Amino acid sequence: MVHILKNLKKGIINENPVFILLLGLCPTLAVSTSIDNAFGMTAAVMFVLISANIIVSLIRGVTPDRVRIPVFIVIIATLVTIVDLTMKAFIPELSKSLGIFIPLIVVNCIILGRAEAFASKNTLADSVADALGMGIGFGIAITIISFFRQLLGTGEITIFGTHVFSAPGLFDNPMSVFILPMGAFLVLGCLLATLRYMGAIESG
Amino acid sequence: MDNLFSIFIMMALVNNFVLAKFLGLCPFFGVSKKLSSAVSMGIAVIVVMFAASVVSWLLFYQLLVPFGITYMRTAIFILVIASLVQILEITIRRTNVNLYNALGIYLPLITTNCAVLGVTFINVDQAFNLAETIVSALGAGVGFTLVLAIMSGIREKLDLADVPKAFKGIPVAFLVAMLLGIAFLAFGGMV
Repeated sequence: MVHILKNLKKGIINENPVFILLLGLCPTLAVSTSIDNAFGMTAAVMFVLISANIIVSLIRGVTPDRVRIPVFIVIIATLVTIVDLTMKAFIPELSKSLGIFIPLIVVNCIILGRAEAFASKNTLADSVADALGMGIGFGIAITIISFFRQLLGTGEITIFGTHVFSAPGLFDNPMSVFILPMGAFLVLGCLLATLRYMGAIESG
Repeated sequence: MDNLFSIFIMMALVNNFVLAKFLGLCPFFGVSKKLSSAVSMGIAVIVVMFAASVVSWLLFYQLLVPFGITYMRTAIFILVIASLVQILEITIRRTNVNLYNALGIYLPLITTNCAVLGVTFINVDQAFNLAETIVSALGAGVGFTLVLAIMSGIREKLDLADVPKAFKGIPVAFLVAMLLGIAFLAFGGMV
């Protein structure tokens, strides 16, 4: 039980995939224009990550070592196709705004990385805990980034159509650069520097 | 002809893969510390993008569309890229050892480069014909290499600069990427 909790915590804090390992940057930066997108992306990544870790962990005894990477890729691609078609059918709007980044989950380094580095060597329970931790860590990171981008770029925070609050002054004159692609680089760069300054992560 | 040229400019500059579409960020931050390795990586990406786009285009229109199984494209395209990279690696190793030593270590990384898979999806989504597909793949690759080379040139100088401690390394690279992105916005008027 103890090391299950440790595996869970590892992904969220010590080895946060986005802030510490700098993996999976493409979807993190591309879709973090609104909190809705961040939640949608997190859900899609979580599903693929957990299912891939479960399957890879279950077949770890029977997969020949030499073909393990192609096997992992096929498993992940199948799971991503399931997510892609499901989202297109049930939440077409979200699927449209995430666009090409849903099929591109296939090449998300976090997922292949966890399958190769963790699930192919560990038990089912540990692998699920690892996937959950990594997924939550990814979700927290992308939500923080999109919170700042949405707040500074539009001046208000709405989650799935529900208005949460708007910042006085900013709402009339939003800094739309934060919604543009450059804003993502700016926000993540400053976040990383702040985390380092506070000593939350090591400078490298 | 006019159309092909505008697709090239569009893919290379206006909708630059790295700065405007956020594709291929891992090599962009990982391999941009030295100019020479950045250029090698860029050339390897151009070659793989070209080959992957042509093969995936042919498979999509000759195999997936006639059989009505276009939902298989994610799985098929990633397998195409993975096997192409393997074939390229073996071919280069057998034929040109110097080239292999220069490009070899970057080739396996390209399999999980989302820029390569991204360009094959974009070609199919935009319903490009074969000529347009080739031009768009080359444009995307050239744009990627261009930005990677600029970035590595800046980062070589940045190592000597007096950057606040918390910003050293990756955070300041993000800020440089932001400034590059603003510069590339200017190309928006070209098409």
